[in-house]
Parts: sequence; C-alpha cells; structure tokens
Amino acid sequence: MSVITQTSPAAAQAAAPEKPWRRPSYWPFVVPALVVVLAIIIFPWLFTIWMSLNEWKVGAPTTFVGFSNYLRLPNDPRFIEAVGHTLVYTALSVLLPLLFGTFAAVVFHQKFAGRGFLRGVFIMPMMATPVAIGLVWTMMFHPQLGVLNYLLSLIGLPPQLWVFHPATVIPSLVLVETWQWTPLVMLIVLGGLAAIPTEPYESAQIDGANFWQVFRFITLPLIMPFLFIAGMIRMIDAVKSFDIIFAITQGGPGSASETINLYLYSVAFAYYDIGYGSAIAVIFFLLIVALAAVMLYFRQRMLWTETGSDA
Amino acid sequence: MVDHKISRRSLLAGTAAAGVLGVTGFPARAEIAWKKYSGTKLEVILAKGPRGDNLQKYIKEFTELTGIQVESEQIPEQQQRQKVVIELTSGRPSFDVVHLSYHVQKRQFEKAGWLADMSGYLKDPSLTPPDLVESDFSAAGLQYARNDKGQMLSLPWSVDYFILYYNKELFQKKGVEVPKTLEEMAVAAEKLTDPKEGIYGFVGRGLRNANMAMWTNFYLNYGGEFLDAKGNILTDGPEAIEATKLYQRLLTKSAPPGVAGFNWMESMASFTQGRAAMWIDADGWAPPLEDPGASRIVGKVGYTVVPAGPKGQFSSTYGDGIGIAAASKNKEAAYLLCQWVASKGQGARLLQAGGGVPFRNSIVDDPEVAKGVKTKEWLQSVIDSAKISKLGLPVIIPVAEFRDTVGAALTATLSGADPATELKKAHEQFRPILERSEKA
Repeated sequence: MSVITQTSPAAAQAAAPEKPWRRPSYWPFVVPALVVVLAIIIFPWLFTIWMSLNEWKVGAPTTFVGFSNYLRLPNDPRFIEAVGHTLVYTALSVLLPLLFGTFAAVVFHQKFAGRGFLRGVFIMPMMATPVAIGLVWTMMFHPQLGVLNYLLSLIGLPPQLWVFHPATVIPSLVLVETWQWTPLVMLIVLGGLAAIPTEPYESAQIDGANFWQVFRFITLPLIMPFLFIAGMIRMIDAVKSFDIIFAITQGGPGSASETINLYLYSVAFAYYDIGYGSAIAVIFFLLIVALAAVMLYFRQRMLWTETGSDA
Repeated sequence: MVDHKISRRSLLAGTAAAGVLGVTGFPARAEIAWKKYSGTKLEVILAKGPRGDNLQKYIKEFTELTGIQVESEQIPEQQQRQKVVIELTSGRPSFDVVHLSYHVQKRQFEKAGWLADMSGYLKDPSLTPPDLVESDFSAAGLQYARNDKGQMLSLPWSVDYFILYYNKELFQKKGVEVPKTLEEMAVAAEKLTDPKEGIYGFVGRGLRNANMAMWTNFYLNYGGEFLDAKGNILTDGPEAIEATKLYQRLLTKSAPPGVAGFNWMESMASFTQGRAAMWIDADGWAPPLEDPGASRIVGKVGYTVVPAGPKGQFSSTYGDGIGIAAASKNKEAAYLLCQWVASKGQGARLLQAGGGVPFRNSIVDDPEVAKGVKTKEWLQSVIDSAKISKLGLPVIIPVAEFRDTVGAALTATLSGADPATELKKAHEQFRPILERSEKA
C-alpha cells in the first residue's frame, strides 16, 4: 500500500503534462452505490408514486386514475382522524422524552457512586424488542389484572382503563414510548454536556448564579443543538411509530389510537387497496419531510447560540 | 377409551375405500390410488386454531397412507389471511393447499380466480371415496364453496355457529334462569353482575372488527338483513340501532372493565376464570373450557343456543374451507390431502375434540360419532344451532373494511357514543367503499 501511495502522486504529476486530455474519472467508483440507491430507495419511491396514481386492488386489474386516490383523502374521516392522532402522539412522544431525558442527563452528569452501573440500567428499555415491550405493557395496562391499577390502588386512586378507553389510549401509549426512548435522549444530551467548556460555569459561580440560573442561561443554550438532534430523531421515530401501537391496541379501541401508519397498513394489507394505500404513503412521507424541514429551520435559527465549535 | 375409539374409526375412514367398503360388502368400485403421488411434497398454510391442530396432529397417518410429505404451518388468523392474499397475488404462492375463511374471503378468492376447480376431482373415483359427495355438505357449506357457475372451488371444512356459554354455578348462586330471549339475557346479566366480587354477567368481543361476529347475532335476531335486493348495505336501519343498543347495554352495564379491547381470547380468559357468567362466541371453545389445566369452571359450563330476538332466532354462522391454489403444480396430490382433511375420520375427530363442526351431515348425524363427543350438552347446542343457522356476514369483497368500519362504531358506543349517530357515520363511510368494490 505504502509503495502505491508514495509513487502514484509522483506518477500522476509526471504524467499530467504528457496527457492533458485525461481527466480523473470518479464515476466508475460511484456506480455501485448509485445502483444500490436506485434499486432500494429511488425505484420503490417512484413505484409507490406510480401505484398511487392507479386504482390497484389486489386480485383485480389495475387502471390509471390520475389523482383520484389523493382526492379521496380529504373526504375520508378515518384518514383525517389518523392525521390528528399522529400529530398528538408525535408531539407528546417528542416532548416528554426530551424533558425527562434532559433531566436524566443532568442527573447522570453529576459524579456519584454507582453512576456507570445506573446509567447502564437506565438505558435498558432502549434495548428491548418493541413487540415484547408491547405485550408486557398490555398486561400491565389490564384494568382487572394489571399491575398499574394495583399501584394506583395503593395510593388511593381509582382504577383506570388505560389503553381500553378512547380518551386515555394515546397518553397511555405515549407513556410506553416515553419509557422506552427517554434513555436515547439522555445519551445524546450527556454527550452534549460532556462537550461544554467549564469556563462559563466558573464565571457564573463568581457572579453568584444559582443552580437554576446556571442551567437556564448556560447549560440549556449550550446543549440546545443536541436537543434539536434528539428532537429530530425522536420526531421521525414517533411519527412512524408502528410496532408498539400495533402490539398494544392495533389502533383501538375503535380507531382511537389509529395513526397514519396503522391506517396505511390496514388499507394496504387488510383491505388490499394498494393504490389508495400508496397515496397515503406518499402524503405521509411528505408530512415527515415537512416536519423534519421545520425542525431543521429552527435549528438553523438557533445556530448563533453555538460557541465556535460545530456540533 | 375415547382415544382408542378415535384412532380405530380414523383408521377405518382413512382407508375408506379399501377397508370399510370391503368389510361392509359394498360393491367393489375403483379404489383410490392413494400411492400414486407418493414422494410429492406439499406445503399447507393454516390459520391457527383447533382445525389446524387437528390436521397437524394426525398428518403422519396421511403421509403413511399416501407417501406424500406435508409441510404445514399455522399462522394467527388475521396475519394468515393477509399473507395468503399477498402470496396469491404474486402468482407464485409458497403453498399448494390453503385454509380459507369463507366469511371473509369467498368473494375475493372467486373474483381473483386463485383457487383450482375441484369439481372434476370430486367425481373421480381414483381420488375421492364414494362417501364424499357434494350433497353430504350442508347448504351453508355448499353456498360457501361453490361459485356462481356451480364449480366447487374448495371443500367445506368446519362451520362455526355462535352459541351461548354460561356458568351454571353463578346462575344457581343468584337463582337466575337460563335466558330464552335477548331481553331476558340482558336482565339476567345485570342480576348476575357483582363488581365488588369482580363478577360480571356477560362478556364478549368489544374489539373493533372482531366484535362484528358477535353483534350480528343480535342484528339477525332483531330482524336485520345485510343487503337489500339492489346490494345496498343496510346497517343503519332500526334493526341495527336496536341491536347496537343491546350490545351497548350488555357490554357497558354488565361486562368487565376494558371490554372494548377484548377479542375472544380475553373474553375466554374472563369466562374460564369464573368472572363472567355468560359469553357468546364461536362454538370451538369447549376444549379449553373443559381443560382442568386452563379453566376453573370445568364441568360447570352450560352450552345453549343464542337467545331469540323479537324478530326471530338465528345463530350467526361462519365457515372455513380447504382449497388448492390454482398455481400449484401438485393439484392431484393436494386434492388427496383436501379430501382427507374433509374425510369422515378427520371430521369425527374434530367434532369429538369439540374443536369445530364439520360441514358434512353424515358426520354430525352419526350416532356413533356422537358417542365419542365428551360434552353432550355442547353437541346438542351445536345441532340446535345448525337448525337456525344464518350467514353472519354479508357476502361481499370488502368484508374487512365492513367489519372495521361498523365494528369501530360499535366500540365507540362502549364509551358512551350514541348508537344511531355512530351507525349512520359508519354507514356513510362504508357505502362508497362497497360501491367502488362492486363496480370494479
């Protein structure tokens, strides 16, 4: 290897004046990646868009129908409701893990005995399989036999219906999501905390700032870029969330916890309406892109708070 | 005792042409060429449940008889239906033999032409024993298996009637009579309910989609019909509203909390724990209810028909069949398996285990077979249900949407929504879907 790297620049320099017409070509090296990207990303997308323009029912011939699948969307109450559920579910499952994750990160940033071990314990939910989590929580939510109602009864609260009532089902699912993904936010924020220089803290101490002021005016602005990254990862995950909801409620009771993703699944694989399902998938994709763009926009606007080093 | 009986009968049935006919002195007919397809490998896709268990438990006998190797897998019902459709659409299904749910898939499968026509095989004495004739299947079975042209596209395997299970001990304790009408049932359920003890009068499916199978018992008994002569769906009429009011009353006043999320499994758990006095569901659950390892109410279960409504008494009927994928390359071997599955021997085993009711009259009416049924009361409830059987779902293509849409309306009433409003909403939502599917 070393021989080649030593000789080739020299050879190229020597050869350059002799063959001025030969430009270095990178394209052959790009081709394998290009093929892969085309095959597994671009092609499925184009195909999905194509399917969404057709009346495509499993077992029946397909016909081109233009945008009529898209025109069905605004008149489909189940879709409208699903959009609402998705937004509520996403908002809650971004905010709560951010809140608890930041708090946990600040706690685990302190030095205390057994910190490493407790950090390990804390991130365990992240490692579990979502479907297994779903099944365990389903049992815990059970109104008669579940442990959650037992715990409530210990502190004198009446039993709740948790995922079995339309009003409480989304908050209950968010509880599971929060439990699972708070550690991820914590890990990201911990990384941010470790990168903060100590000087601002020292001068704040000299100025007599209390703990809250230090957190509010030094720590928080400095970890903001990290919170944005965590928020974006959480947002993309939450908006697409499927496994936990499907394993626990399958979108029920009724359709009270049916997000776009679950509705999309039903349309495509239970009603076999591939064309309409594809239209939902396209709109869903645009929604995710839009939400991500909004997050990025705000992140750009926050950049001035960063101190020199790039996050 | 019972085991011994079963195995002997099945042996006889399994070798029906050679064995039984020879012994009983029927005129010798062309024998089934059991070994003709020896060495063939078949793939079977099954919905999880007592039917699939019954096949897998005895499949070795079939392999010994024919030399045909059978690979089978059981997948939970909902997922199996989806997997089957996706594979059949691809044109190259991984299976030869498919277990289908008539009440969900009949129209879809016929329209798509996914199943091989069995009519010819049924008439071929080298493939079919003489006792297996179309006229032996009940009317509902034939209605399910035949297409518009009268071709048999599958063999009717097992029929599900909905019956009323009740806990005799709880009834005695409260001095309540077994209800004869739906109204009596609702009153009885309220009497039997005792939340302090954790006991509820009634349990049943509240979960969207699954709940339709129970609700239709009320709907039919209130005089409801699914479609009018023009094929319009009729689930927002007065019958539907009355049936839904009863559904709402039963599941909110006298059912365990959280019932909105219950399918048959959760309902059965409540019932087997002795925490629910009545349960309406499909007829296949006698084995777990009478299994001391799984149930606390062994020997205390009563079985009877679904109580009558103001406009009649019907038992919602659903059914499973077994068919051959049109794309299969081993159709004759696959047919041998199908007819073995629908044979008298296998049917008798299914009935005797309480895991389902064969569509064949010659099995259900056979006193010898009846002797082997452990729970006589269960058998009686099934025989009585057969007399009042009525298809429990409309025969349309978008059955899944129908169940989801109207089912969601039913579930919504459990948290206080008004039945009439919800049904109207569901109706508005479903009508265009049905129209589109019939147009296509």
